[in-house]
Amino acid sequence: MTVEKQLNEATPAVFKKGKDREVLLSIRDLRVWFELRRFGFGHAGYVRAVDGVSLDLHRGETIAVVGESGCGKSSLMKAILGLHKPTEGEIIFDGKNINEVGQAGLNWYRSQVGYVQQDPYGALPPFMSIERILEEPLIINGVSSKQERRDRIMKALEEVKLTPQAEFLPKFPHQISGGQQQRIVIARAMILQPRLIVADEPVSMLDASVRVEILRLMSALQESHDLAVIYITHDLSTVRYFSERIFVMYAGQIIEKAEVDSLLAKQMHPYSEALLAATSDPDADNALTFKQVPPGEPPSLVKPPEGCRFHPRCPYIIEGVCDVKMPPEFEPVPSHYTLCWLHDPEQN
Amino acid sequence: MQALKSAFRQLAGYPSALLGGILILILLGVGIYAPIAIPYNEAIALWRGGEEHWRQNPRNVPPLWYNWFTKEALPISFQYTEADENVTRTDTPRENGGTNTIITYTFDFQADKFPQELIVYLKSDYATKKPFISFTWITPDGREVRVTDLGITQSETYRFGQDTKLQRRLGGLPANQGLFADPNSEEVKPLKGTYTLVMDALTFEDGDTIVSSEFVMHGLVSGWFGTDHFRRDLGVAMLWGTPVALAFGTLASFGTSVVTMIIAAIGVWFGSWLDELIQRITEVNLVLPFLNILIMVGVFYSRSIWTMLGVTILLSIFNASIKSYRAIFLQVKESPYIEAARAYGASNMRIVFQYLIPRIIPLLIPGLVLGIPAFVFLEATLAVLGLGDPVLPTWGKMINDANNNAALYNGFYYWILQPAVLLMFTGLSFAMVGFAMDRVFNPRLRGV
Repeated sequence: MTVEKQLNEATPAVFKKGKDREVLLSIRDLRVWFELRRFGFGHAGYVRAVDGVSLDLHRGETIAVVGESGCGKSSLMKAILGLHKPTEGEIIFDGKNINEVGQAGLNWYRSQVGYVQQDPYGALPPFMSIERILEEPLIINGVSSKQERRDRIMKALEEVKLTPQAEFLPKFPHQISGGQQQRIVIARAMILQPRLIVADEPVSMLDASVRVEILRLMSALQESHDLAVIYITHDLSTVRYFSERIFVMYAGQIIEKAEVDSLLAKQMHPYSEALLAATSDPDADNALTFKQVPPGEPPSLVKPPEGCRFHPRCPYIIEGVCDVKMPPEFEPVPSHYTLCWLHDPEQN
Repeated sequence: MQALKSAFRQLAGYPSALLGGILILILLGVGIYAPIAIPYNEAIALWRGGEEHWRQNPRNVPPLWYNWFTKEALPISFQYTEADENVTRTDTPRENGGTNTIITYTFDFQADKFPQELIVYLKSDYATKKPFISFTWITPDGREVRVTDLGITQSETYRFGQDTKLQRRLGGLPANQGLFADPNSEEVKPLKGTYTLVMDALTFEDGDTIVSSEFVMHGLVSGWFGTDHFRRDLGVAMLWGTPVALAFGTLASFGTSVVTMIIAAIGVWFGSWLDELIQRITEVNLVLPFLNILIMVGVFYSRSIWTMLGVTILLSIFNASIKSYRAIFLQVKESPYIEAARAYGASNMRIVFQYLIPRIIPLLIPGLVLGIPAFVFLEATLAVLGLGDPVLPTWGKMINDANNNAALYNGFYYWILQPAVLLMFTGLSFAMVGFAMDRVFNPRLRGV
């Protein structure tokens, strides 16, 4: 049975309830640039890892950010987590601009955002016991009562289905399996009862057999705690079952955003089309066909191409337009946005 | 914690680590015993020396174990007082006032060589007339030799070897030979057996007494460690050198590695100018001549061992290991778990002390153990160069004294050998444990 089929059975109903609720996280024209230095002090330009990203995330909504390696999705995620200071733009959480809230506000914000990492073994300090790992966020966020910390750890372990809890508390990360490690990572992200979870490819390092369980666990938690989730991945096969909207990133920009079904049915941007075509399906027939991938490499983020950033690789390039002017956001289909001159209503 | 426990269990599997551990335990035992046996103030007073402390000892004689390796047994030094079992004292009142005190010292003499000197120390209490005392020497074959008759003052020292009349009576032989010589032998050699010294003292008024007497023989061997040019028992320095060396080595090694690690961690974590500053300080410090600075401090400021310890730690903090710690920390800094800790709001200091440093403690331990002998040797080196603590007895100072007195040229090799062997054992024991630890804690070294 393929992962997809398992998932189909695991999550019969895709929950679509976030869209119409109030906005939890709003990102306005976010830029994360890293300065390059020459000889340690001279200025040599910027790496534009995130270059003008805007998105709205509603309460309880799940979105997926997809894109190839190096497209800036990790930098976007780190900016959201408050690990990178944005060069420009605003991140507004629950009505508060987190660049202006000060240290106390930042601590509050961090307790509201949980972080699930890609590599569960690396994400757990190897010299701490499970109990200590789960206790750390509580200590840091001022839960001073030992008893209360213990209760919350027990509850968190129960939520991620690691029972009996007492058996896991004294263990060290290397003594438990990869799936259990990822459950601990999820428990740690959940222990401060956040309203937003940022999941960075949470299942890509796990065995296919464990992936389903972890994704199932995450959707169960998402539903029961009314969490907003930003699901970052390059694996489109799991996106459909886990999110309501997809954001496709390329070279630091969001080049297409739409509801999952709408995007999977019809990709407006040639890059999205290529990305989806490249998604592997465990089908024996695939062994005989050769997939068409766009030629060339992702562009330099230091000196991105003029005009549309995808134009050097694009098979549908319109000479004199795509390589000259940056496309604005078009909405060819309601609530399906794309940055591509092919969908310019004036041209058609 | 559990990882540490299992590491120590693995360590027990290395025979060298076990042996080294046993040696370290012995050294530790001596280190704890020394201050209990001879308290600090007493040790310092003893090492300052003087007649009142060391008059019972001959100068520059080898230790007792020297006799195990020589064909001819050397006479062993002794000091008897009236409290000893082989000494008797009888006081009989005299008819016309005063007392007649007879004190006998009996001792066994089994050596093949003559001792250096015989000395009697007497203390008396009298009003007007000096007590009168006559010494008789009884040899194993029953001869009675009149040694001397003298009136004694309140504190009298009688040296047999300096009495020329006695020398004449003994047929020209100095007292230390004449009194022991075998009359039936052609060559001059000592007669073995039990000798007795009888002191017959008369006091002349009631209340006059011989307060105390003490009989000392300066032999050719003395104590388990021999004596030096000030008659000091080298055992004091051997014993007290152990806690001093261990304390210096451990404190310096521990202080240096821990502070170095903390500085490296802080530099790596905060980065930018702080990291640069630490790097530059380290690089400058690496080219500074370490020993020369210590010598300068010793010459111009203070030779106290605590000053030296402080300067040593200060100069060693920014040492080369900051670079290797930095390399590891740079790697650890990028770990996902550090990122996670930042994401849930851990403060900078918490990350440095709870997340960065614990990760490399297993790497720190072998270096810490191996650092101890290095600093023990450093302390000895300073002492050998004449920069030892002015008051404390240490191994290095023994070697320094020996060197200043041309010990090897004069054949007093025990003077250098003993502290050198102890230094070697200290180095060896910590090295054996340290190398085994290195293998256990540093898996890359395991198949080597």
